[in-house]
Amino acid sequence: MNTLVGTLMVLGGLGLFFGVLLSLAGLKLKTRVDPRLESLKDILPGVNCGGCGCAGCNAFAEDVYFGKAEPDGCPVGGDELNQKIAGIIGVEIASAVRKTAYVKCIGNDRNALFLFNYQGVESCRAAVRLVGGGSKGCTYGCLGGGSCKKICVFDAINIIDGIAVIDNEKCTACTACVAVCPKNLIEMIPAASTIRIGCNARDGGKIIRQNCEIGCIGCRLCVKVCPKDAIEMDGALARISYEKCDNCGTCADKCSRRVIEKG
Amino acid sequence: MEFILIFISAALVNNFVLSRSLGICPFIGVSKRMDTSLGMGLAVTAVMAVASAITHVVYTFVLVPFELEFLHIIAFVLITACLVQVVEMYLKKNSPALYRALGIFLPLITTNCAVLGALLLNIDLFSDSLLRAVVHAVGAATGFTLALVLFSGIRDRMSYAPIPKIFEGVPIAMMVAGLMSIAFLGFSGMISL
Repeated sequence: MNTLVGTLMVLGGLGLFFGVLLSLAGLKLKTRVDPRLESLKDILPGVNCGGCGCAGCNAFAEDVYFGKAEPDGCPVGGDELNQKIAGIIGVEIASAVRKTAYVKCIGNDRNALFLFNYQGVESCRAAVRLVGGGSKGCTYGCLGGGSCKKICVFDAINIIDGIAVIDNEKCTACTACVAVCPKNLIEMIPAASTIRIGCNARDGGKIIRQNCEIGCIGCRLCVKVCPKDAIEMDGALARISYEKCDNCGTCADKCSRRVIEKG
Repeated sequence: MEFILIFISAALVNNFVLSRSLGICPFIGVSKRMDTSLGMGLAVTAVMAVASAITHVVYTFVLVPFELEFLHIIAFVLITACLVQVVEMYLKKNSPALYRALGIFLPLITTNCAVLGALLLNIDLFSDSLLRAVVHAVGAATGFTLALVLFSGIRDRMSYAPIPKIFEGVPIAMMVAGLMSIAFLGFSGMISL
Protein backbone atom coordinates (compact mmCIF):
# COMPACT_ATOMS: atom_id res chain seq x y z
CA MET A 1 0.00 0.00 0.00
CA ASN A 2 2.79 2.32 1.01
CA THR A 3 4.64 1.49 -2.21
CA LEU A 4 1.53 2.19 -4.24
CA VAL A 5 1.00 5.61 -2.69
CA GLY A 6 4.68 6.42 -3.04
CA THR A 7 4.68 5.34 -6.69
CA LEU A 8 1.64 7.43 -7.48
CA MET A 9 3.02 10.45 -5.69
CA VAL A 10 6.51 10.25 -7.15
CA LEU A 11 5.44 9.55 -10.72
CA GLY A 12 2.57 12.01 -10.51
CA GLY A 13 4.86 14.62 -9.05
CA LEU A 14 7.51 14.05 -11.69
CA GLY A 15 4.89 14.18 -14.43
CA LEU A 16 3.39 17.37 -13.08
CA PHE A 17 6.80 18.99 -12.66
CA PHE A 18 7.95 18.19 -16.16
CA GLY A 19 4.57 19.02 -17.58
CA VAL A 20 4.71 22.52 -16.12
CA LEU A 21 8.32 22.84 -17.30
CA LEU A 22 7.30 21.83 -20.80
CA SER A 23 4.38 24.23 -20.98
CA LEU A 24 6.67 27.06 -19.85
CA ALA A 25 9.20 26.04 -22.51
CA GLY A 26 6.36 25.89 -25.00
CA LEU A 27 5.45 29.49 -24.27
CA LYS A 28 9.06 30.58 -24.51
CA LEU A 29 9.85 28.71 -27.73
CA LYS A 30 6.56 29.24 -29.49
CA THR A 31 6.75 29.27 -33.26
CA ARG A 32 4.05 30.91 -35.26
CA VAL A 33 2.74 28.65 -37.98
CA ASP A 34 0.78 29.87 -40.95
CA PRO A 35 -2.90 29.13 -40.18
CA ARG A 36 -3.29 27.88 -43.74
CA LEU A 37 -0.81 25.08 -43.00
CA GLU A 38 -2.70 24.23 -39.84
CA SER A 39 -6.03 24.05 -41.65
CA LEU A 40 -4.46 21.93 -44.40
CA LYS A 41 -3.39 19.46 -41.75
CA ASP A 42 -6.87 19.55 -40.25
CA ILE A 43 -8.84 18.73 -43.38
CA LEU A 44 -6.65 15.87 -44.61
CA PRO A 45 -8.00 12.42 -43.80
CA GLY A 46 -5.27 11.78 -41.23
CA VAL A 47 -4.99 8.09 -41.97
CA ASN A 48 -1.34 8.38 -43.10
CA CYS A 49 -1.84 5.81 -45.83
CA GLY A 50 1.08 7.09 -47.91
CA GLY A 51 -0.92 6.92 -51.13
CA CYS A 52 0.23 10.43 -52.07
CA GLY A 53 3.86 9.36 -51.88
CA CYS A 54 4.63 11.40 -48.76
CA ALA A 55 5.46 10.02 -45.33
CA GLY A 56 2.03 10.88 -44.00
CA CYS A 57 -0.76 13.43 -44.06
CA ASN A 58 1.29 16.09 -42.26
CA ALA A 59 4.20 15.66 -44.65
CA PHE A 60 1.79 15.93 -47.58
CA ALA A 61 0.26 19.10 -46.10
CA GLU A 62 3.72 20.65 -45.84
CA ASP A 63 4.66 19.61 -49.36
CA VAL A 64 1.47 21.15 -50.71
CA TYR A 65 2.06 24.27 -48.65
CA PHE A 66 5.60 24.69 -49.97
CA GLY A 67 4.47 23.91 -53.51
CA LYS A 68 6.34 20.62 -53.74
CA ALA A 69 3.19 18.54 -54.20
CA GLU A 70 0.10 19.05 -56.28
CA PRO A 71 -3.03 19.99 -54.32
CA ASP A 72 -4.93 17.10 -55.88
CA GLY A 73 -2.35 14.54 -54.75
CA CYS A 74 -4.46 12.92 -52.04
CA PRO A 75 -6.09 9.81 -53.53
CA VAL A 76 -8.35 9.23 -50.55
CA GLY A 77 -10.30 12.44 -50.11
CA GLY A 78 -11.70 12.66 -53.61
CA ASP A 79 -12.69 15.74 -55.54
CA GLU A 80 -14.33 17.49 -52.60
CA LEU A 81 -11.11 17.45 -50.57
CA ASN A 82 -8.99 18.50 -53.54
CA GLN A 83 -11.17 21.57 -54.04
CA LYS A 84 -10.89 22.45 -50.35
CA ILE A 85 -7.10 22.13 -50.44
CA ALA A 86 -6.91 24.25 -53.57
CA GLY A 87 -9.13 26.82 -51.89
CA ILE A 88 -6.85 27.05 -48.85
CA ILE A 89 -3.62 27.53 -50.77
CA GLY A 90 -5.37 29.78 -53.25
CA VAL A 91 -5.08 27.97 -56.55
CA GLU A 92 -7.69 26.80 -59.00
CA ILE A 93 -7.82 23.19 -60.00
CA ALA A 94 -10.13 21.65 -62.51
CA SER A 95 -12.73 19.32 -61.12
CA ALA A 96 -11.26 15.90 -61.61
CA VAL A 97 -13.40 13.58 -63.69
CA ARG A 98 -13.61 10.12 -62.20
CA LYS A 99 -12.06 7.72 -64.63
CA THR A 100 -12.29 4.03 -65.20
CA ALA A 101 -10.30 1.52 -67.20
CA TYR A 102 -11.95 0.08 -70.29
CA VAL A 103 -10.90 -2.96 -72.34
CA LYS A 104 -11.31 -2.05 -76.01
CA CYS A 105 -12.34 -5.50 -77.17
CA ILE A 106 -15.71 -7.20 -76.98
CA GLY A 107 -14.88 -10.11 -79.25
CA ASN A 108 -15.60 -12.97 -76.85
CA ASP A 109 -15.30 -16.68 -77.44
CA ARG A 110 -18.67 -16.81 -79.24
CA ASN A 111 -18.18 -14.12 -81.84
CA ALA A 112 -14.41 -14.00 -82.39
CA LEU A 113 -12.28 -16.55 -84.23
CA PHE A 114 -9.70 -18.56 -82.33
CA LEU A 115 -6.94 -20.20 -84.36
CA PHE A 116 -6.00 -22.82 -81.80
CA ASN A 117 -6.78 -23.90 -78.29
CA TYR A 118 -4.27 -22.30 -75.91
CA GLN A 119 -3.52 -24.45 -72.88
CA GLY A 120 -0.37 -22.82 -71.58
CA VAL A 121 0.25 -20.63 -68.54
CA GLU A 122 -2.74 -18.50 -67.64
CA SER A 123 -1.13 -15.23 -68.54
CA CYS A 124 -1.56 -12.97 -71.53
CA ARG A 125 2.09 -12.01 -71.32
CA ALA A 126 3.04 -15.65 -71.89
CA ALA A 127 0.34 -16.34 -74.48
CA VAL A 128 1.25 -13.29 -76.55
CA ARG A 129 4.71 -14.69 -77.29
CA LEU A 130 3.26 -17.50 -79.39
CA VAL A 131 3.09 -17.44 -83.18
CA GLY A 132 0.56 -14.85 -84.30
CA GLY A 133 0.52 -13.16 -80.90
CA GLY A 134 -1.73 -15.63 -79.14
CA SER A 135 -4.62 -17.89 -79.93
CA LYS A 136 -7.03 -15.25 -81.19
CA GLY A 137 -7.40 -14.72 -84.91
CA CYS A 138 -7.42 -10.96 -84.43
CA THR A 139 -3.93 -9.84 -83.44
CA TYR A 140 -5.35 -6.83 -81.59
CA GLY A 141 -7.92 -8.66 -79.50
CA CYS A 142 -8.13 -9.51 -75.83
CA LEU A 143 -6.66 -12.95 -75.10
CA GLY A 144 -8.54 -13.40 -71.86
CA GLY A 145 -5.46 -14.79 -70.12
CA GLY A 146 -6.15 -12.69 -67.06
CA SER A 147 -2.88 -10.78 -66.63
CA CYS A 148 -4.94 -7.68 -65.86
CA LYS A 149 -7.22 -9.61 -63.50
CA LYS A 150 -4.19 -10.83 -61.55
CA ILE A 151 -2.64 -7.39 -61.17
CA CYS A 152 -5.88 -5.67 -60.13
CA VAL A 153 -5.84 -5.32 -56.34
CA PHE A 154 -9.38 -3.96 -56.28
CA ASP A 155 -10.91 -7.12 -57.76
CA ALA A 156 -12.48 -5.02 -60.51
CA ILE A 157 -11.61 -7.22 -63.49
CA ASN A 158 -13.36 -10.44 -64.44
CA ILE A 159 -12.79 -12.75 -67.38
CA ILE A 160 -16.23 -13.25 -68.92
CA ASP A 161 -16.61 -15.46 -72.01
CA GLY A 162 -12.90 -15.25 -72.69
CA ILE A 163 -12.39 -11.50 -72.49
CA ALA A 164 -11.55 -9.16 -69.65
CA VAL A 165 -14.43 -7.01 -68.44
CA ILE A 166 -13.88 -4.19 -65.97
CA ASP A 167 -16.35 -3.41 -63.21
CA ASN A 168 -16.66 0.38 -63.31
CA GLU A 169 -17.94 0.54 -59.75
CA LYS A 170 -14.86 -1.17 -58.35
CA CYS A 171 -12.25 0.37 -60.64
CA THR A 172 -10.24 3.10 -58.93
CA ALA A 173 -8.32 4.17 -62.03
CA CYS A 174 -4.97 3.07 -60.64
CA THR A 175 -3.88 2.20 -64.23
CA ALA A 176 -2.04 -0.96 -63.18
CA CYS A 177 -3.89 -2.98 -65.83
CA VAL A 178 -3.11 -0.44 -68.56
CA ALA A 179 0.57 -1.08 -68.07
CA VAL A 180 0.33 -4.86 -67.90
CA CYS A 181 -1.82 -5.55 -70.99
CA PRO A 182 0.53 -6.85 -73.74
CA LYS A 183 -1.97 -5.83 -76.39
CA ASN A 184 -2.29 -2.25 -75.07
CA LEU A 185 -6.03 -2.71 -75.10
CA ILE A 186 -6.92 -0.92 -71.89
CA GLU A 187 -7.64 2.78 -71.94
CA MET A 188 -8.59 5.21 -69.19
CA ILE A 189 -11.93 6.81 -69.98
CA PRO A 190 -14.40 8.92 -68.00
CA ALA A 191 -16.46 6.63 -65.79
CA ALA A 192 -19.63 8.55 -66.67
CA SER A 193 -19.45 7.76 -70.37
CA THR A 194 -21.82 5.03 -71.50
CA ILE A 195 -20.94 4.89 -75.19
CA ARG A 196 -17.75 2.95 -75.80
CA ILE A 197 -16.22 1.48 -78.92
CA GLY A 198 -15.24 -2.08 -78.08
CA CYS A 199 -12.62 -2.63 -80.73
CA ASN A 200 -8.97 -1.74 -81.17
CA ALA A 201 -8.29 -3.58 -84.43
CA ARG A 202 -6.77 -1.57 -87.26
CA ASP A 203 -6.75 -4.36 -89.83
CA GLY A 204 -9.51 -2.99 -92.02
CA GLY A 205 -12.76 -4.55 -93.14
CA LYS A 206 -11.69 -7.68 -94.98
CA ILE A 207 -9.43 -9.18 -92.34
CA ILE A 208 -11.72 -8.20 -89.51
CA ARG A 209 -14.69 -9.90 -91.12
CA GLN A 210 -12.65 -13.13 -91.17
CA ASN A 211 -11.57 -12.86 -87.53
CA CYS A 212 -14.48 -11.40 -85.66
CA GLU A 213 -18.20 -11.12 -86.08
CA ILE A 214 -18.40 -7.76 -84.36
CA GLY A 215 -15.07 -5.98 -84.95
CA CYS A 216 -15.05 -2.43 -86.32
CA ILE A 217 -14.69 -2.56 -90.10
CA GLY A 218 -14.27 1.17 -90.56
CA CYS A 219 -17.53 1.80 -92.40
CA ARG A 220 -17.70 5.41 -91.08
CA LEU A 221 -21.42 5.19 -90.43
CA CYS A 222 -21.00 6.27 -86.81
CA VAL A 223 -18.88 9.25 -87.89
CA LYS A 224 -21.68 10.38 -90.16
CA VAL A 225 -24.55 9.95 -87.73
CA CYS A 226 -22.90 11.45 -84.68
CA PRO A 227 -24.63 14.79 -83.97
CA LYS A 228 -21.66 16.06 -81.93
CA ASP A 229 -18.88 15.07 -84.33
CA ALA A 230 -17.42 13.09 -81.47
CA ILE A 231 -16.23 10.13 -83.55
CA GLU A 232 -13.21 10.26 -85.80
CA MET A 233 -11.54 7.67 -87.95
CA ASP A 234 -8.07 6.49 -87.01
CA GLY A 235 -7.20 4.55 -90.14
CA ALA A 236 -9.83 1.85 -90.36
CA LEU A 237 -10.87 2.20 -86.76
CA ALA A 238 -13.50 4.51 -85.25
CA ARG A 239 -12.37 6.38 -82.16
CA ILE A 240 -14.59 8.31 -79.83
CA SER A 241 -13.71 11.62 -78.21
CA TYR A 242 -15.13 11.47 -74.70
CA GLU A 243 -14.98 15.26 -74.26
CA LYS A 244 -17.41 15.78 -77.14
CA CYS A 245 -19.63 12.72 -76.70
CA ASP A 246 -22.90 13.35 -74.85
CA ASN A 247 -23.83 9.67 -74.63
CA CYS A 248 -26.84 10.04 -76.94
CA GLY A 249 -26.36 6.54 -78.34
CA THR A 250 -27.17 7.30 -81.99
CA CYS A 251 -23.96 5.66 -83.16
CA ALA A 252 -24.61 2.51 -81.15
CA ASP A 253 -28.04 2.16 -82.73
CA LYS A 254 -26.73 2.63 -86.24
CA CYS A 255 -23.60 0.50 -86.01
CA SER A 256 -24.06 -2.49 -88.31
CA ARG A 257 -21.45 -4.52 -86.41
CA ARG A 258 -22.84 -3.78 -82.92
CA VAL A 259 -19.30 -2.93 -81.78
CA ILE A 260 -20.35 0.25 -80.01
CA GLU A 261 -21.37 -0.59 -76.50
CA LYS A 262 -24.28 1.30 -75.01
CA GLY A 263 -23.96 1.01 -71.26
CA MET B 1 42.50 11.71 -15.68
CA GLU B 2 39.68 9.48 -14.57
CA PHE B 3 37.19 11.63 -16.44
CA ILE B 4 39.20 11.34 -19.65
CA LEU B 5 39.30 7.59 -19.24
CA ILE B 6 35.53 7.42 -18.68
CA PHE B 7 34.98 9.61 -21.73
CA ILE B 8 37.22 7.54 -24.02
CA SER B 9 35.78 4.33 -22.65
CA ALA B 10 32.23 5.40 -23.49
CA ALA B 11 33.09 7.00 -26.82
CA LEU B 12 35.50 4.49 -28.33
CA VAL B 13 36.04 1.29 -26.39
CA ASN B 14 32.41 0.66 -25.53
CA ASN B 15 31.00 2.65 -28.42
CA PHE B 16 27.24 2.60 -27.98
CA VAL B 17 26.39 1.92 -31.58
CA LEU B 18 29.26 -0.28 -32.69
CA SER B 19 30.08 -2.23 -29.55
CA ARG B 20 26.87 -2.25 -27.55
CA SER B 21 24.51 -2.20 -30.57
CA LEU B 22 22.35 0.53 -29.09
CA GLY B 23 20.62 3.23 -31.15
CA ILE B 24 20.75 1.32 -34.43
CA CYS B 25 17.48 2.85 -35.65
CA PRO B 26 18.77 6.42 -36.15
CA PHE B 27 22.18 4.98 -37.08
CA ILE B 28 20.60 3.45 -40.20
CA GLY B 29 17.83 5.99 -40.58
CA VAL B 30 19.51 9.40 -40.44
CA SER B 31 22.95 8.55 -41.76
CA LYS B 32 22.29 9.29 -45.40
CA ARG B 33 23.72 12.80 -45.22
CA MET B 34 26.54 14.04 -43.07
CA ASP B 35 24.96 17.31 -41.95
CA THR B 36 21.75 15.67 -40.73
CA SER B 37 23.68 12.93 -38.97
CA LEU B 38 25.80 15.57 -37.25
CA GLY B 39 22.61 17.42 -36.25
CA MET B 40 21.10 14.20 -34.94
CA GLY B 41 24.27 13.48 -33.00
CA LEU B 42 24.23 16.93 -31.42
CA ALA B 43 20.54 16.61 -30.53
CA VAL B 44 21.21 13.24 -28.87
CA THR B 45 24.24 14.71 -27.10
CA ALA B 46 22.18 17.56 -25.69
CA VAL B 47 19.41 15.22 -24.56
CA MET B 48 21.81 12.69 -23.06
CA ALA B 49 23.93 15.23 -21.17
CA VAL B 50 20.98 16.99 -19.56
CA ALA B 51 19.04 13.78 -19.02
CA SER B 52 21.94 12.09 -17.27
CA ALA B 53 22.22 14.99 -14.83
CA ILE B 54 18.49 15.14 -14.14
CA THR B 55 18.09 11.36 -13.86
CA HIS B 56 21.00 11.23 -11.46
CA VAL B 57 19.34 13.81 -9.25
CA VAL B 58 15.93 12.17 -9.49
CA TYR B 59 17.34 8.72 -8.81
CA THR B 60 19.50 9.74 -5.87
CA PHE B 61 17.16 12.18 -4.20
CA VAL B 62 13.70 10.88 -5.09
CA LEU B 63 13.68 7.22 -6.02
CA VAL B 64 16.28 5.90 -3.56
CA PRO B 65 14.89 7.64 -0.43
CA PHE B 66 11.36 6.42 -1.20
CA GLU B 67 12.69 2.93 -2.04
CA LEU B 68 11.16 3.16 -5.50
CA GLU B 69 14.24 2.16 -7.53
CA PHE B 70 12.10 -0.21 -9.61
CA LEU B 71 10.47 2.85 -11.16
CA HIS B 72 13.71 4.02 -12.70
CA ILE B 73 12.91 2.96 -16.28
CA ILE B 74 9.55 4.73 -16.49
CA ALA B 75 10.92 7.80 -14.68
CA PHE B 76 13.91 7.99 -17.04
CA VAL B 77 11.73 7.65 -20.12
CA LEU B 78 9.52 10.42 -18.77
CA ILE B 79 12.51 12.71 -18.31
CA THR B 80 13.92 11.85 -21.73
CA ALA B 81 10.55 12.49 -23.39
CA CYS B 82 10.33 15.88 -21.72
CA LEU B 83 13.82 16.87 -22.84
CA VAL B 84 13.21 15.67 -26.37
CA GLN B 85 10.12 17.86 -26.50
CA VAL B 86 12.20 20.85 -25.45
CA VAL B 87 14.89 20.05 -28.04
CA GLU B 88 12.19 19.64 -30.66
CA MET B 89 10.66 23.02 -29.86
CA TYR B 90 14.08 24.62 -29.86
CA LEU B 91 15.00 23.16 -33.25
CA LYS B 92 11.61 24.04 -34.72
CA LYS B 93 12.16 27.65 -33.73
CA ASN B 94 15.86 28.05 -34.45
CA SER B 95 16.67 25.52 -37.15
CA PRO B 96 13.59 24.55 -39.18
CA ALA B 97 15.75 22.99 -41.88
CA LEU B 98 17.36 20.55 -39.46
CA TYR B 99 13.95 19.98 -37.86
CA ARG B 100 12.54 18.85 -41.19
CA ALA B 101 15.62 16.83 -42.10
CA LEU B 102 15.46 14.84 -38.88
CA GLY B 103 11.73 14.30 -39.28
CA ILE B 104 10.33 11.43 -37.25
CA PHE B 105 13.75 10.54 -35.82
CA LEU B 106 13.73 13.61 -33.62
CA PRO B 107 10.72 12.61 -31.46
CA LEU B 108 12.04 9.05 -31.64
CA ILE B 109 15.04 10.09 -29.53
CA THR B 110 12.53 9.58 -26.71
CA THR B 111 12.65 5.86 -27.26
CA ASN B 112 16.25 5.82 -28.47
CA CYS B 113 17.81 2.90 -26.63
CA ALA B 114 21.21 4.61 -26.69
CA VAL B 115 19.81 7.35 -24.45
CA LEU B 116 17.99 5.01 -22.09
CA GLY B 117 20.96 2.65 -22.17
CA ALA B 118 23.35 5.38 -21.10
CA LEU B 119 21.03 6.44 -18.27
CA LEU B 120 20.61 2.88 -17.02
CA LEU B 121 24.34 2.17 -17.25
CA ASN B 122 24.93 5.32 -15.25
CA ILE B 123 23.01 3.80 -12.35
CA ASP B 124 25.04 0.61 -12.47
CA LEU B 125 28.42 2.25 -12.93
CA PHE B 126 28.35 5.81 -11.63
CA SER B 127 25.48 6.12 -9.19
CA ASP B 128 27.86 7.73 -6.69
CA SER B 129 28.97 10.74 -8.71
CA LEU B 130 26.93 13.19 -10.77
CA LEU B 131 29.97 14.46 -12.66
CA ARG B 132 31.14 11.02 -13.68
CA ALA B 133 27.64 10.13 -14.85
CA VAL B 134 27.45 13.25 -17.01
CA VAL B 135 30.93 12.66 -18.44
CA HIS B 136 29.95 9.09 -19.22
CA ALA B 137 26.75 10.22 -20.95
CA VAL B 138 28.55 12.90 -22.96
CA GLY B 139 31.18 10.35 -23.93
CA ALA B 140 28.49 7.91 -25.02
CA ALA B 141 26.74 10.59 -27.05
CA THR B 142 30.04 11.63 -28.63
CA GLY B 143 30.64 8.01 -29.58
CA PHE B 144 27.14 7.89 -31.07
CA THR B 145 27.78 11.07 -33.05
CA LEU B 146 31.17 9.78 -34.18
CA ALA B 147 29.69 6.50 -35.40
CA LEU B 148 26.87 8.33 -37.16
CA VAL B 149 29.14 10.82 -38.91
CA LEU B 150 31.69 8.19 -39.96
CA PHE B 151 28.91 6.00 -41.24
CA SER B 152 27.27 8.81 -43.18
CA GLY B 153 30.63 9.55 -44.82
CA ILE B 154 30.91 5.93 -45.91
CA ARG B 155 27.31 5.88 -47.17
CA ASP B 156 28.06 9.02 -49.13
CA ARG B 157 30.85 7.20 -50.94
CA MET B 158 28.69 4.12 -51.31
CA SER B 159 26.26 5.98 -53.52
CA TYR B 160 28.98 6.07 -56.17
CA ALA B 161 30.01 2.46 -55.73
CA PRO B 162 28.80 -0.35 -58.02
CA ILE B 163 26.74 -2.21 -55.43
CA PRO B 164 24.91 -5.37 -56.54
CA LYS B 165 21.23 -4.61 -56.91
CA ILE B 166 20.02 -6.91 -54.14
CA PHE B 167 22.38 -5.26 -51.63
CA GLU B 168 21.36 -1.69 -52.38
CA GLY B 169 20.07 0.46 -49.53
CA VAL B 170 19.76 -1.00 -46.05
CA PRO B 171 21.41 -4.42 -46.68
CA ILE B 172 24.77 -2.93 -47.67
CA ALA B 173 24.42 -0.43 -44.83
CA MET B 174 24.06 -3.28 -42.35
CA MET B 175 27.17 -4.97 -43.78
CA VAL B 176 29.19 -1.79 -43.56
CA ALA B 177 27.97 -1.29 -39.99
CA GLY B 178 29.18 -4.78 -39.19
CA LEU B 179 32.61 -4.07 -40.66
CA MET B 180 32.82 -0.79 -38.73
CA SER B 181 31.89 -2.69 -35.60
CA ILE B 182 34.75 -5.13 -36.22
CA ALA B 183 37.08 -2.16 -36.74
CA PHE B 184 36.01 -0.70 -33.40
CA LEU B 185 36.82 -4.04 -31.76
CA GLY B 186 40.41 -2.85 -32.10
CA PHE B 187 39.82 -0.49 -29.19
CA SER B 188 38.66 -3.23 -26.85
CA GLY B 189 41.04 -3.96 -23.99
CA MET B 190 42.62 -0.52 -24.34
CA ILE B 191 40.96 0.63 -21.13
CA SER B 192 39.27 -1.68 -18.68
CA LEU B 193 36.33 0.35 -17.48
